[in-house]
Amino acid sequence: MDLKDWFAKRRERRERENLEVKQLLPTEDYCALWKRCFQCRELLYTRDLRSNLQVCPHCQYHFCIGAPDRIEQLCDPGTFEEIDAEMRSSDPLEFIDTESYRKRQVAAEKKSGVVEAIMTGTCKMNGHLTALGVMDFAFFGGSMGSVVGEKVARLVERAIELSCPLIIISSSGGARMQEGILSLMQLAKTSSALKSYYETGNLYISILSEPTFGGVTASFAMLGDIIIAEPGARVGFAGRRVIEQTIRQKLPADFQTAEYLLKHGQVDMVIHRNELKDMLTKLFEFHQKKNSDKDKTLVPSSSLSSSKKAGGK
Amino acid sequence: MAEVKRQVPLEFEKPLSVLAQQIDNLEAQLQEQPDLEPELRHLKEQYTSLRKSLYSNLRPIDRLAIARHPERPYTRDYFERWDSQWIELHGDRHGTDDSAMVGGLLDLGNDLKVIAVGTQKGRNIKEKQSCNFGMPQPEGYAKALRLFKHAEKFGLPIVTLIDTPGAYPGLAAEEHNQAQAIAINLLELSGLTVPVVAVVTGEGGSGGALAIGVANRILMLEHSVYSVISPEGCASILWRSADKVSDAAQSMKITAREILELGVIDGIITEPLGGAHKDPEATAKAAKAAIVSQLSELVKLSGSEVRHDRQHKFRSMGKWRDQ
Ligand SMILES: [Zn+2]
Repeated sequence: MDLKDWFAKRRERRERENLEVKQLLPTEDYCALWKRCFQCRELLYTRDLRSNLQVCPHCQYHFCIGAPDRIEQLCDPGTFEEIDAEMRSSDPLEFIDTESYRKRQVAAEKKSGVVEAIMTGTCKMNGHLTALGVMDFAFFGGSMGSVVGEKVARLVERAIELSCPLIIISSSGGARMQEGILSLMQLAKTSSALKSYYETGNLYISILSEPTFGGVTASFAMLGDIIIAEPGARVGFAGRRVIEQTIRQKLPADFQTAEYLLKHGQVDMVIHRNELKDMLTKLFEFHQKKNSDKDKTLVPSSSLSSSKKAGGK
Repeated sequence: MAEVKRQVPLEFEKPLSVLAQQIDNLEAQLQEQPDLEPELRHLKEQYTSLRKSLYSNLRPIDRLAIARHPERPYTRDYFERWDSQWIELHGDRHGTDDSAMVGGLLDLGNDLKVIAVGTQKGRNIKEKQSCNFGMPQPEGYAKALRLFKHAEKFGLPIVTLIDTPGAYPGLAAEEHNQAQAIAINLLELSGLTVPVVAVVTGEGGSGGALAIGVANRILMLEHSVYSVISPEGCASILWRSADKVSDAAQSMKITAREILELGVIDGIITEPLGGAHKDPEATAKAAKAAIVSQLSELVKLSGSEVRHDRQHKFRSMGKWRDQ
């Protein structure tokens, strides 16, 4: 909501207050305007937060963001073409816990504004054709079921067809329990698709955002040629609580944070959200294939060193 | 009746062991009171029919208990029965030999030499601790991968046995990148040109099981289970209650028959009545026969066909709707 709307709403409210019994601003409207930073507890005006890519201007806390926002931040305007937009989960196990999976799906759509835990498509990033997948934690905790697995596999296949770089931005609690063993098999499906992609020699960059765990880290998220994490993002295989219960000891405060992962050799870099697009562009350009494989074989090996020099100029 | 008493009865088997106890008492008195004979015969008949009905009406939670039975045959028990001369290979070559993952060279006879790899649980406290209760560390998955690559290099088929609660959730395991250790195995297994047959022999616990389970053919023992998360974990997350384990086991469809119906596995290996632990010898024999039968088909395919077959298998898993 922009400032103009906000003033209009306030004016409306004041008029209403004059006519009616004094009424508080509904909680929803209030929350839509202001958000408290999870880290520094500062109250932030949502419009400022949005223009700052959902990063707290005071402490640089990176808020978990939805797939549509992320796509808007990264893609050149109007270039994102979604694929498989209509694919939705079925209910292969007819799963019921305290509520049926079907009902939970409807609620998740309402809550998140997206229809599944990942959006996939092609786009341009500073002019570079890219296959892009973005997970959305708001939908079922970003969990991977059949749809996420299938969409990732198809995205990887599209990247193979187009011979273009692949980016997947993860944010997930793990595999989706409501689809049982079929969810587990998506780990194999997505990893297997990446095996074929690896052989094309194109670049896969995996971006880990708050939070990424379980089946998603144990498959495509940890298989990037280059792995980037967002500052403060928590990433791991098992959850902190499960580990604490298992080993019966306190874990370090920064355990499983992006910075901790960097220290332990699991990610290549931790990049601030407002520098992400630039970094991706640099990485694309560095890895861009100058010649096709066919051309390469035509270059006599003796002239390789000089041609390399020319290429590097 | 000795077998029932010797082995730890499971919760659902208690009525059976009560009956067995009565039969034993009567048998002891039989010498002095021959007129007890008809009653004894009656009890024995009751025992047989109760046993049959108990084991043919197992709930998922009962199968889970059988799959976790402390006397269930473990990976080494199979390897030793299949090839008493098998040669164990050790280590990840980076400083660790994870005992929760064992592997080596097995001659299955009829010119079928394989690399066999499996998760290993321990029988007694000391063994359990050294095998970390069957939960591999990242180093264990690296050890398995090293053996898979050995198989690929020498054109040997791979047999994997799965019996693990899951990958170990620990501090060092996270620091050493448990997630990536599993992911890299999924990726590399999918690209192998040698045939892979996986058998879930006990517990197939999530990603830690799948990390050695990306196979051309997947089989499950009749009472084994395979799930995306342990029923305990599922109950505590979705029901927020530790008492709902049975409901979680039911809802997740973790049994061999249900998973076969979902199209994830290729076959079920029948167990002796009451479970594999009642007759490990027969179980090992049945498992070997099933594996050999699958492998003898797969070895007829070319390397690229084998790889394509495996990738296609996993590519087609999943259900969704387009609308
Ligand atoms: Zn802040």
